Amino acid sequence: MSAFTGLLRKESLHILRDRRTLFVVIFMPILQVILFGYAIRTDISGIRLAFVDPSPDATTIELRNRFAATDAFRLSRVLPNSGPLDQLFASGAIQEAVVLDNDFANRLARGLPARVLVVADASEPNSGSAMESYAVAVIQGFQRDLAARAGGVQIVAEARMRFNPTRASSNLFVPGLIAFVLTIISALMTAISLTREKETGTMEILLVSPLKPLEIIVGKVLAYVVIGFVSVLLVVAEARLVFAVPLRGSLLLLLGEGLLYILTSLSLGILISSRTSSQRVAMIGALAGTMLPTILLSGFIFPIESMPWPLRAISNIVPAKWFVIIARGIMLKGVGLDYLWQETVILLVMTIVLVAAATRSFRIRLAA
Amino acid sequence: MRRILVLAWTEVLHVVRDRATLAQVLLIPFVQLLILANAATFEIRDTPTYVVDQDHTNASRGLVTRFAASGNFGIVGASPSADAANERLLAGDVTMVLTIPRDFERDLVRNHAATVQLVVNAEKGMAAGIVQFYASRILSRYAEEISPTLRPLNGSVALVPGPRRGVPQLDVRTRAWYNPTLDYRHYMVPGILVALVTLIGTLLTAQNIAREKELGTLEQLNVTPITRGQFIAGKLLPFWVLGMFELAAGLLLGRVVFSVPVLGSPLLLFAVSAVYLVAALGVGLWISTIVETQQQAMFVTFFIMMIYLLMSGLFTPIDSMPHWVQVVAELNPVRHFVAISRAVLVKGATFPEIQRPFFILVAFAVVVFSLAVRQYSKRTA
Repeated sequence: MSAFTGLLRKESLHILRDRRTLFVVIFMPILQVILFGYAIRTDISGIRLAFVDPSPDATTIELRNRFAATDAFRLSRVLPNSGPLDQLFASGAIQEAVVLDNDFANRLARGLPARVLVVADASEPNSGSAMESYAVAVIQGFQRDLAARAGGVQIVAEARMRFNPTRASSNLFVPGLIAFVLTIISALMTAISLTREKETGTMEILLVSPLKPLEIIVGKVLAYVVIGFVSVLLVVAEARLVFAVPLRGSLLLLLGEGLLYILTSLSLGILISSRTSSQRVAMIGALAGTMLPTILLSGFIFPIESMPWPLRAISNIVPAKWFVIIARGIMLKGVGLDYLWQETVILLVMTIVLVAAATRSFRIRLAA
Repeated sequence: MRRILVLAWTEVLHVVRDRATLAQVLLIPFVQLLILANAATFEIRDTPTYVVDQDHTNASRGLVTRFAASGNFGIVGASPSADAANERLLAGDVTMVLTIPRDFERDLVRNHAATVQLVVNAEKGMAAGIVQFYASRILSRYAEEISPTLRPLNGSVALVPGPRRGVPQLDVRTRAWYNPTLDYRHYMVPGILVALVTLIGTLLTAQNIAREKELGTLEQLNVTPITRGQFIAGKLLPFWVLGMFELAAGLLLGRVVFSVPVLGSPLLLFAVSAVYLVAALGVGLWISTIVETQQQAMFVTFFIMMIYLLMSGLFTPIDSMPHWVQVVAELNPVRHFVAISRAVLVKGATFPEIQRPFFILVAFAVVVFSLAVRQYSKRTA
């Protein structure tokens, strides 16, 4: 056991004396929360709008004012015809245009169909369709009121945004961010630190020591469990203090699940390192293999339900997906294990499979 | 020049003989491109919806049918109990709950106005707003549709066909320019490709010199007559060739598999790529000259990549970020290259339109390259 504590001591010193890495590891999550909280917005505001109105009168001006009154739109041009639109779109002076029919108000008054054309710059399709829906929503509101005035029927939707009423992006990103930071720190640090011993040849020394393979692995990764755990605490505290992200469920449960997820990522790191012999391979494997999938396939930014079925299937083997569900459940919905036991069991099974695979590869390498 | 080529050649051999690295470098970008290009959409289909119909009339049933038939919503359950709906919302298998209150039809007939309640699970942000939009669109259409048919019948309420009244009709059409089918993959493929090539290129260059330091072989290079500029250029060249190859192959893949449009000149795009790669790989080499170990190199790279990606406009529009972030984002080469490649491929932009980001990239490449040369010292401290 004293050999084991010796290994622990050595690992801790390795980490503590490498100031630069320690600095990056501690400050990276903190900076990321700030970035996500302040910089990342998925909603769109201040859309530069051109309003093409060939025959302006009270009705069309009312519609125009409705656009001007929203936060989403900024009326940047009012034009008598659609001629200059091409040029304005190409130069980026406008992002969207609402084009009214000739004689719009007259036709409307006589009950003839009055046409409105909404043109959006869709070179970025996600914003393009969002801009389109914002404009259509404004026109629909206008239409509803017109219909009501003429004695038509109105169905009013009373919408409630459950779990995140203001749709603040920090509330959405913090749970995902915890998953992200943990994946990177745990998987990457472990993979690198184990392959480093191989590359510099010191693994041989560890292997001839009286330490059992399992003790070597545990000794090497224990320090990273602590670092991962500290960053969870830092991110959660910062999210609470700076962005007032809610924590509606139990903190203890969140930390427990965090620990479980750290173990999942660690075993992934061990598996990667046991299969590779150089830091370069481990690094590319761990970074390229985890960074983009964790951003894209965890439901962190893009909803998984919108993806085609093969991707939805693949997303199931991304551990981050399950942790994001758990973290959001605890922080935003305030639910407990009674709702989250399935996800927890999935993470547990993943961890066990990964650990089993990793220890097997590790033993095989010993024999070789 | 010969020295640069010799050094570059040793790097090529290093990569080619390390089968694992070679396989990773050649496979990861393309596999990920094929998979991930499909992931980045906010488009919503079949939102799992739970219906709480407390009215049970023709009008309420008609509304539920419209939701089910729209393609945007899939009805996964219905009951008159709000508690059951809440349960499903908490469990997370339902994204929206549509509650039609008692007296829905009566209110429609008597007051010509009725209320329904939509509860959207907003833990997924953007998607929640779109779901709400789809729902209110269905509601307005339904209201328009039943307007002419609503009449009291023998004291009780019912829906019967009646003559159309003079309700104003608005015919709203929409058109999406530059990408009429709103295929987000046309837009994502160039972006993800750039991100992947940058990620791998920066990693390879960042760990490169750090590895020589760690193994001690840098000492041997330090005693050769190679100059600092030649050293950095020699380290850069093989990865630059690799990056150009990956960009070209990835673009071809995007063209064949996702039929990404190539409206502008591919030559222009390659010319920009040539400059961009010097900038991106230069950052990697600069990191490598500063750090001591590969672990440090990796973490710094990771840190920079994170900022690169989040501020690239790849996942979220830069236009919606606060002003100070937009200023900072100007320093991000990925952002400029993503913008250029999208403009050239999707909008058919020519050189005058991409001038500004192009010259920013040129300046960036020059600055980073000289910083890397300056930072690299042949003397050990």
